[in-house]
Amino acid sequence: MSEQKVIEIEVLRYLPESDQAPRSEVYKVPFTDDMSVLQGAQYIKDHFDGSLTFRWSCRMAICGSCGMMINGIPKLSCETFIRDYYPNRITIEALANFPIEKDLVVDLSGFIEKLEAIQPYIIPKEPRTVEQGEYIQTPAQFAEYIQFTSCINCTLCYAACPQVGLNPEFIGPAAIALAHRYNMDSRDGGQAQRMELLASEDGVYNCSAVGYCSEVCPKHVDPGNAVNINKINAAKDYFLRFLSPKGGAK
Amino acid sequence: MEIYKADVVIVGGGGAGLRAAIAVAESDPSLKIALVSKVYPMRSHTVAAEGGAAGVKREDDSFDYHFHDTVGGGDWLCEQDVVEYFVQQAPVELTRLEHWGCPWSRTADGHVNVRPFGGMKIQRTWFAADKSGFHILHTLFQTSIKYPSIKRFDEYFCVDLLEEDGRCQGVVAIEMGTGEFTMIEGKSVILATGGAGRVFRESTLGGIVTGDGMALAFRHGVALRDMEFVQYHPTCMPITGLLFTEACRGEGGYLVNKDGYRYLQDYGLGPLSDKPKNKYMELGPRDRLSQAFWYEQQKGRTIEHPVMGSVVHLDLRHLGEAYLHERLPLIYEMAETFMGIDPAKEPIPVRPGVHYTMGGVCVDGKCETSLPGLYAIGECASVGIHGANRLGSNSLTELLVFGKVAGDEAAKRAKSVAPGNSASLLKQAEAAEQRVMALRTKSGGTERIADIRKDMVKSMEDGCGIYRVEETMQATCDKLGQLRERFKNVKLDDNSSVWNTEWLNAIELDYQLDVAQAMAHSAVNRKESRGAHQRLDGPDGAYTKRDDVNFLKHSDAFYVPGAAPRITYGDVKITKSPPAARVYGAEGEKADQERKASNV
Repeated sequence: MSEQKVIEIEVLRYLPESDQAPRSEVYKVPFTDDMSVLQGAQYIKDHFDGSLTFRWSCRMAICGSCGMMINGIPKLSCETFIRDYYPNRITIEALANFPIEKDLVVDLSGFIEKLEAIQPYIIPKEPRTVEQGEYIQTPAQFAEYIQFTSCINCTLCYAACPQVGLNPEFIGPAAIALAHRYNMDSRDGGQAQRMELLASEDGVYNCSAVGYCSEVCPKHVDPGNAVNINKINAAKDYFLRFLSPKGGAK
Repeated sequence: MEIYKADVVIVGGGGAGLRAAIAVAESDPSLKIALVSKVYPMRSHTVAAEGGAAGVKREDDSFDYHFHDTVGGGDWLCEQDVVEYFVQQAPVELTRLEHWGCPWSRTADGHVNVRPFGGMKIQRTWFAADKSGFHILHTLFQTSIKYPSIKRFDEYFCVDLLEEDGRCQGVVAIEMGTGEFTMIEGKSVILATGGAGRVFRESTLGGIVTGDGMALAFRHGVALRDMEFVQYHPTCMPITGLLFTEACRGEGGYLVNKDGYRYLQDYGLGPLSDKPKNKYMELGPRDRLSQAFWYEQQKGRTIEHPVMGSVVHLDLRHLGEAYLHERLPLIYEMAETFMGIDPAKEPIPVRPGVHYTMGGVCVDGKCETSLPGLYAIGECASVGIHGANRLGSNSLTELLVFGKVAGDEAAKRAKSVAPGNSASLLKQAEAAEQRVMALRTKSGGTERIADIRKDMVKSMEDGCGIYRVEETMQATCDKLGQLRERFKNVKLDDNSSVWNTEWLNAIELDYQLDVAQAMAHSAVNRKESRGAHQRLDGPDGAYTKRDDVNFLKHSDAFYVPGAAPRITYGDVKITKSPPAARVYGAEGEKADQERKASNV
């Protein structure tokens, strides 16, 4: 575990004030077997070039900051280890399908807008005061949604999704999974309100069911499943709108 | 310079800042709120809290028990009136969070469940598996989206407070994506920037935990209170410092030394019993457990690992794989991913790591600082509930209870005071811009940030560790003085505007050096042992004991430009719990019974 080896890390660099286009730079980084790719990037910044730019914070795969393409696959760099690539070269690049702002930093504002748009909060089915105490939620009701609460907003699924690449307006796997999380929560009554966006032209029908989003998800949220369940729900809702005098509102 | 006029400015988008923002929005939707954060709110370090949030829940519990656990746990350095308010509001706020969708773990009949935690007499820790902070933060962030009056300044880095007419009237921030400066005016400003534990080497904390708000208030003349009290969490991953939650022990985990012996029974936490007992053994408070590790190491009873150093074992095997997956899924994953250990089959090597800053920006029970218009909440503040040692799971609740208080107070103030003089505020903001820009554009330096930072964290660990003596604490104070000088000679590779994180890291290091100095000087001046501040020295070992005659006092560190901070002392508010011996295990139970008998 202690012997120091050296790995080559190739970084796709882009400094918007001096570079016309992204370019590759290779660094030789000494490492120990416990070091993550994030620590490799930190080593480069601390010792070789302070201008190398990337987001990170928690180091334990929960804050969702440090996603990047590692040898072409979207991963959290804090829980990806250099030892697993040695002696081959590691290539790191900004997450795919997002505009690059600088080096490994991408523009997340589009993603945040999508997250906000799906109304990711409880729209109470039956409002309750604090004096009335907590809502009761049986283990079965809890099991309906808990998996979809685990999303850390790391956006690896957006980097993986071929449809996000084709239509940047597609609200995408994580935001749909979050909408599904609230829809399935027994405390919530906002499903009809959220359906408008889910069933829209930027909604669930963009998904071509490749499933790569779920494969790269570091928290096993299975956003692909959430998207596909909502294709069925959206279809039901579509027909209900024709059949019901209230336009499908339940 | 961009200018934005808000009514209330909140710096920090973690649990406390978000709760405050929601409180302002709910108290008056016409108030404009600016929520300024150097990361997207859901990246804030609240996200990494694992175990849970304390609030009375069970029939056999009481506010009185929670009060006494907290005050005793804090070694009587708590503000008792504030603790009283805190324990009463705790269940209210935790229930409100349930209404907002927080996925608290449940009992079989659908009620919110609670788990045991260190130093707590009755189980009262509300939890969401072992991702309680993550769920609290995401619930608050997502709920905040409902309120149109909350305007977020995501990835804006705060560099100064604006002070005019003796009151705080806004902040200056850098838009990280462009490097442009923005002045954000506000009639009330709330600091919610989190702790400062990254001034130490081995810590559980994220890279962003750099004490920004503490340094900002400090430089504006506000005291940093009780900064010598830094919590070492007893069960951290060696080298990285990543946290294995106290809930591991709350759920029944053991701590054993190299002989497989549950050594805590030798440190006033026993005796052993068949089942886990609250306030016994592994359910003792964090300071005592970290101190016990230190003694085990001195006695040569820790396990010596060639890379990890001295460790003990956190043994969860007897809890079984299925139970671990249900209650401690994150811990399971971390042990597997980062250490290659299956905790159902092998014990986890752990050692203490820096985890929490008990002290912070000095505020009263309404979260107001001595600078009118400036409030502070959460880990960056010292509102007085943690004293000399925080009990695990009190701080997540603190974010909610005092986030609400500060939000309400800041809203009230914003409606009652006149707006400031924008022209004069702008002048101040421009002066701040020039000062901060000088760091980016200056030439001729030779020092790398990483080198200064490395020396700082090493020095803090050497001088302000679990046990402290005058000589090494003084050496740390001296070293920090030298690092302050070296910082003037800093050299940046990156002089660009867009996303210049090297520049921001330099500003953070500047904050950290101030906060580290406040910690080290407060420490060397406290000539006693209390809670997380333990000394091994003094004439005839006098400083190894608690000294209520001279040090039942809060320390207040004041900023002195270009010199070491000035340390003064202030009274502690005692209402109904006079200082007593701080005991756990069987002794603690006996003391508890005596206290009860004398109250009847």
